[in-house]
Amino acid sequence: MTTMTEVQTTQVYQVFVKATPEAVWDAIVKPEFTSKYFHGVTIEADQTVRKTWYHGELANEVDVLEWDPPRRFVHSWLSFYDPEMAAEEPSRVTWEIEPQEGGFSLLTVVHDQLEGAPKTAASVVGPGWMMVLSGLKTLLETGEPLTTF
Amino acid sequence: MDDDRVFRALADPTRRFLLDRLFERDGRSLVELESELEMTRFGVMKHLRVLEEAGLVVTRRQGREKLHFLNPVPIRLIHDRWIDKYTERHVSALAELKTELEETA
Repeated sequence: MTTMTEVQTTQVYQVFVKATPEAVWDAIVKPEFTSKYFHGVTIEADQTVRKTWYHGELANEVDVLEWDPPRRFVHSWLSFYDPEMAAEEPSRVTWEIEPQEGGFSLLTVVHDQLEGAPKTAASVVGPGWMMVLSGLKTLLETGEPLTTF
Repeated sequence: MDDDRVFRALADPTRRFLLDRLFERDGRSLVELESELEMTRFGVMKHLRVLEEAGLVVTRRQGREKLHFLNPVPIRLIHDRWIDKYTERHVSALAELKTELEETA
């Protein structure tokens, strides 16, 4: 472990988005938005469950831990897309939306409780979450997806 | 969002050092970061504040401690805006050169 970086058990990502907190909230929980930026899956959440659809099939369901629109959304995380990661312990994702002056929102994503999920932690760190956040930002600001899946 | 702030924040060796320390291990306290630098606490705080204002460092309270986390998103956005564009052109220029040379050969 001299050259390698330790696995981050708490990861924080933050981005300014030129959109209202309500618009950011919708982009996080509604399928018509999530399908355009979330690594090719479609996500739909309500106050009890967060569902992930892949190619029209329900691929994953996790508990919603906090639901406070349009400010705070907390849910468990399970990397269902990989069998080894899916066998790990669930971790937790927190979305915080803070309105800024001038019609902006500050979106913070905290992925933590990753102690029991080292493979997941290494997989989502950096590019994983950044693609989601920059994709969401681009979609809300331009109406166009950042990439096609 | 504010490229100037990010570039300014990155234009200092101490601040780049702090970012590298956080890249190695995220979520560190001021006391921890300070112990790696020959600098007063006030000096380190000033640098951390510049990084925070640029959005490169995010602080979160955990119990009684204030922890500093590296936020890679602004660097990614600068990469998309400034680096990708020019390196792509560079690469395609090389590709064109290759095609041209191979065609004449």
